[in-house]
Amino acid sequence: MADDDIVIRVRGLKNSFGEQVVHEGLDLDVRRGEILGVVGGSGTGKSVLMRSIIGLQIPDEGEITVFGENTVDLEENEAVEIRKRWGVLFQGGALFSTLTVAENVELPIKEFYPKFDPALLDEIASYKVVMTGLPADAGPKYPAELSGGMRKRAGLARALALDPELLFLDEPTAGLDPIGAAAFDELTLSLQRTMGLTVFLITHDLDSLYAICDRVAVLADKKVIAVGTIDELIALDHPWIEEYFKGPRGRAAVATQEAGMGKAGAD
Amino acid sequence: MSVPAAFTDDSAGGTLRFTGSLSLANLGDLPERLATYDGKVDHIDLTGIDRLDTIGAWTIHRLAQRTGADIKGLNPDAQHLFDQVQAADQPVVIRAQHAPAFYRVLGEIGEATIQTFKTMVGLLGFLGATTLAFGAIFKSIFVPPRRFRFNATVQRFEVVGVSALWIIGLMSFLIGIVIAQQGAVQLRQFGAEVYTINLVGRLSMRELGVLMTAIMVAGRSGSSFAAQIGTMRLTEEIDAMRTIGVSPMEALVVPRVLAAVVMMPLLGFYAALISIMGGCLLCWVALGIPPVTYIQRIREVVPISDVWIGLIKAPVFGAIIAIAGCFQGMLVEADAEQVGLRTTAAVVQGIFLVIVLDAFFAVFFSSVGWI
Repeated sequence: MADDDIVIRVRGLKNSFGEQVVHEGLDLDVRRGEILGVVGGSGTGKSVLMRSIIGLQIPDEGEITVFGENTVDLEENEAVEIRKRWGVLFQGGALFSTLTVAENVELPIKEFYPKFDPALLDEIASYKVVMTGLPADAGPKYPAELSGGMRKRAGLARALALDPELLFLDEPTAGLDPIGAAAFDELTLSLQRTMGLTVFLITHDLDSLYAICDRVAVLADKKVIAVGTIDELIALDHPWIEEYFKGPRGRAAVATQEAGMGKAGAD
Repeated sequence: MSVPAAFTDDSAGGTLRFTGSLSLANLGDLPERLATYDGKVDHIDLTGIDRLDTIGAWTIHRLAQRTGADIKGLNPDAQHLFDQVQAADQPVVIRAQHAPAFYRVLGEIGEATIQTFKTMVGLLGFLGATTLAFGAIFKSIFVPPRRFRFNATVQRFEVVGVSALWIIGLMSFLIGIVIAQQGAVQLRQFGAEVYTINLVGRLSMRELGVLMTAIMVAGRSGSSFAAQIGTMRLTEEIDAMRTIGVSPMEALVVPRVLAAVVMMPLLGFYAALISIMGGCLLCWVALGIPPVTYIQRIREVVPISDVWIGLIKAPVFGAIIAIAGCFQGMLVEADAEQVGLRTTAAVVQGIFLVIVLDAFFAVFFSSVGWI
């Protein structure tokens, strides 16, 4: 695979907090234009991996390149150039609580392009708000006035503000009702298709994995033990992966998926 | 990919041809130029562009809408992007509507008044609830199971009292020095330097020892009560407590109020003593009064009623500070910003009420003859 088709390349990553080693010798490639699901038991360091890639956690060892640039020891002004090209949705939305939803969405654009026309900025914020499925009156509301699901959507609208090439989603469907979660999956997929996004998706939601992920990376024993499509992973015969995808919830997700496909075929 | 976006017009044919990268980073002043472009536009040709993102698509979409032109030269991906952007073009409220400034100010004054009134009523209600909780705990001494939380209370004693000793000591020592120094400068004009000792002794015991301690406790402990309880409200710990049958008033508020009530007289008396010691040092160094004489004078000029006045006021101040802190903490809801606001309110309210009450106490004690 050609180098410029790999958006994120992680080699020999080591992360530790005091005595506790979270990652050791972790390797991972994320290809351009794919939705990569990242799964793993609680405490296997999925969020820490994401934080390392986006530069919030300085790794003890290892090399991380994003868009071909080494992000570990980047100068601040170089880091800004890369940050313009990605968007991040944190677990709780992480909206700025003193700003309205519209101001939250406009902030990244204002920050990176200070001379941008304010009228156009408002228009951009408004179509991003609609695009992420927020109600039309959500713009002037403060994050505290929104429900958990709406906060996630507003967080996504902010992550998408700069039209990034790379999108990090940390458990976007956790805490959403099944209908909301399915709509969120649909939205991610449609945005990925329209804008050619690469998506790094941390999730526990088996339905999301089946519905939208091109490949899935499994984190266990401090490293990525396998990457591939779900069928490839199941064929590996690893006990944890087996348990994960073939447990009762895994089977239910497959059934849902197959029912959905059957219906699509019948139409 | 970093070719700036541009357009060339072919006015005769009414066609705008776009080139370059129609994306946020390369858009430049294209939106402004398009907005002021008043030539005839029948067709928009996008064959020549090399990149398109939603912001570029939006700009073109607006132009097409304004001029009624049709868009040519889209590849399937770009067409999909246009469909998405078009679907998202709906009337949306982005900013809240603001009333005129005059009405807004009037409204804010009214709201602040109502809010203050509500807070006062709420504080009174909270005082009642705290009293009831104390009553319930007191009753449980005779009717087991006992509900008094001994460990929690003792832990609060340490946080409110013992940990504050160092800072309150330092503060009081310095205040003692300042009073003595300022007093000595003024009294020297009448040749009455020796009365500096009266000034330091009486002021420390009667007013400043307790008052300064109350301010310090409000800053240290009142704020921390509000922040702790406020954070517990945010993380739903307090709701969890209620569901397992633990009363937050008994488990959180009573130990804190009790700790403040017990610790304030001790801290206040300690502060007064240290403040007198500060005065002693200054009198010795600046006025040449030896410590033995100083202490003897203190025993002669400071009546025991001054000590009682300090000791009577202190627990009341402690209760007020702790109740204001816990009350503000309990009012936190919704978001983290509130924790900060409520913590500030707890300290301001605590100190304000302490000073108001101190004035009442001063009038009261002089009327009963403790001058």
